[in-house]
Amino acid sequence: MTTPQLAAVAAIDPTATAAGDTAWLLASAALVLLMAPGLAIFYGGMVRSKSVLNMMMMVLGALAVVTVVWVVVGYSIAFGDDVTLGLFGDPTQYFGLKGLVEADPEARIPGILFAMFQGLFAVITVALIAGAIADRTRFGTWLVFCAVWTVLVYAPVAHWIFDFDAEGHVGGWMANKLGALDFAGGTAVEINSGAAGLAAALVLGKRLGFGRDPMKPHNLTLVMIGAGLLWFGWFGFNAGSALGASHLAAMAFVNTLVAGCTGLLAWLLVERVRDGHATSFGAASGAVSGLVAITPSCGVVTPIGAMAIGVAAGAICALAVGLKYKLGYDDSLDVVGVHLVGGLVGTILIGLLASSDVAAVDGLLYGGGLDQLGKQLVAAGATLVFSFTMTALIVWVLEKTMGFRVAEDDESAGVDLVLHAETAYDLHAATGGSRPHFGGN
Amino acid sequence: MKLITAVIRPHRWENVREALELLGISGMTLTEVSGYGRQKGHTEVYRGAEYDVLLVPKVRIEIVAEEPDVDGIIQAIQSSAATGKIGDGKIWVSPVESVQRVRTGETGPAAI
Repeated sequence: MTTPQLAAVAAIDPTATAAGDTAWLLASAALVLLMAPGLAIFYGGMVRSKSVLNMMMMVLGALAVVTVVWVVVGYSIAFGDDVTLGLFGDPTQYFGLKGLVEADPEARIPGILFAMFQGLFAVITVALIAGAIADRTRFGTWLVFCAVWTVLVYAPVAHWIFDFDAEGHVGGWMANKLGALDFAGGTAVEINSGAAGLAAALVLGKRLGFGRDPMKPHNLTLVMIGAGLLWFGWFGFNAGSALGASHLAAMAFVNTLVAGCTGLLAWLLVERVRDGHATSFGAASGAVSGLVAITPSCGVVTPIGAMAIGVAAGAICALAVGLKYKLGYDDSLDVVGVHLVGGLVGTILIGLLASSDVAAVDGLLYGGGLDQLGKQLVAAGATLVFSFTMTALIVWVLEKTMGFRVAEDDESAGVDLVLHAETAYDLHAATGGSRPHFGGN
Repeated sequence: MKLITAVIRPHRWENVREALELLGISGMTLTEVSGYGRQKGHTEVYRGAEYDVLLVPKVRIEIVAEEPDVDGIIQAIQSSAATGKIGDGKIWVSPVESVQRVRTGETGPAAI
């Protein structure tokens, strides 16, 4: 049997060969997976040296937990037949990926491949939240959070926006009833993770010494490498979301490259004017901001539109990351400033910059009126409110029951040592002072 | 003139710096060191192999001061570095024979 989504995809581009489409989606899924270690390195460089391993473990832990939960029930909630009002899918329909295991000779792309491609989106979304609560959470509780959040927040929102109606299948309200456009996850991935990061940071509170102690990134070369890996993986994320080796995939690919570049340049320009210097951290952050904003729009705008979106995201995010100091919330690695704000920029600008040369509709600036802009605002707002509220509730309950935040002494000593019994760097043989035990000593 | 040396917890350093600045202390030398006293180290585990790491990371502050200022400086460090738990560190004072500013060649209190 074919999944309804893939039937819809087949209708988009009937001339593409199934083998080519499948090959591209396999490669894209692997590229999206690479974003997880890429994010671990990107985030790892930003934290202090006493918590880099924990940050990387949070990202890899999310990869492991979310993948398992997705296979068991997450995919089914996101892409099963709608249960009620376009809010969530039937959790039993694809439980354990049943129904997708046997090959379907009529499917353009194997349904099980689509399921895992989508699962890796869930992985990245959950992993992104870790940046907002760096240096201060218990690892076991984080893993529980990953599972709960995937089921209660990610899968429903993915159902809303990614699950299209098809013959014999009813999908989510945002994509079908509302008609909002989100090509690769401005709502479900970027706004969702950003709003969740804000809620989690607010509920768990600031790091000890926030605003006073130096908390600068301990290794900017790691940040640069991580940004590069993320960018590379993003081609799978965005161009892969065309779900075929098609012209549309190429369009998304080009827009992804272009918006990353203009995001980088815009952030540097803001820094140069405001602070006097163009920084490497700014370049990495600007590229990621542009990539975040082009995620929803890469399949609906022209390359010139993509440039504008990258510029807007790079400049606005560069200004937005300072808000946490003014407003006093400790979104440690700027998940709010980059992903929430960048996601809002990209999702809303579709209403202005969508082009019927690429997508099915025109935005305001292309003579399409206010209609699409209104739909984009509703989708962005609904995702933000739902994610923020649910996440605040989940984090609060976990803090009260399991304990989410580490003890003060442990936070001062550093979570690498306390939670994982490791230190990331052993640069001085003498002061390492290590004495190995072997066997049962 | 005296040399005040303090070994403290790394994460108390910003606290200590603020307290010293209130006293008008205009300069000091800071070194990242490791050592142990009554506070012993910790155990690390790498693929199941345990390592006893005896040494604990600390920060050492060195300040050269005139004698009348010494008690105030010690008080400021003590109160700002203390957490009340084992491992807060130590402060000691030793005599200094001479001090010279490299840039100007000034000596004695003028060089502090």
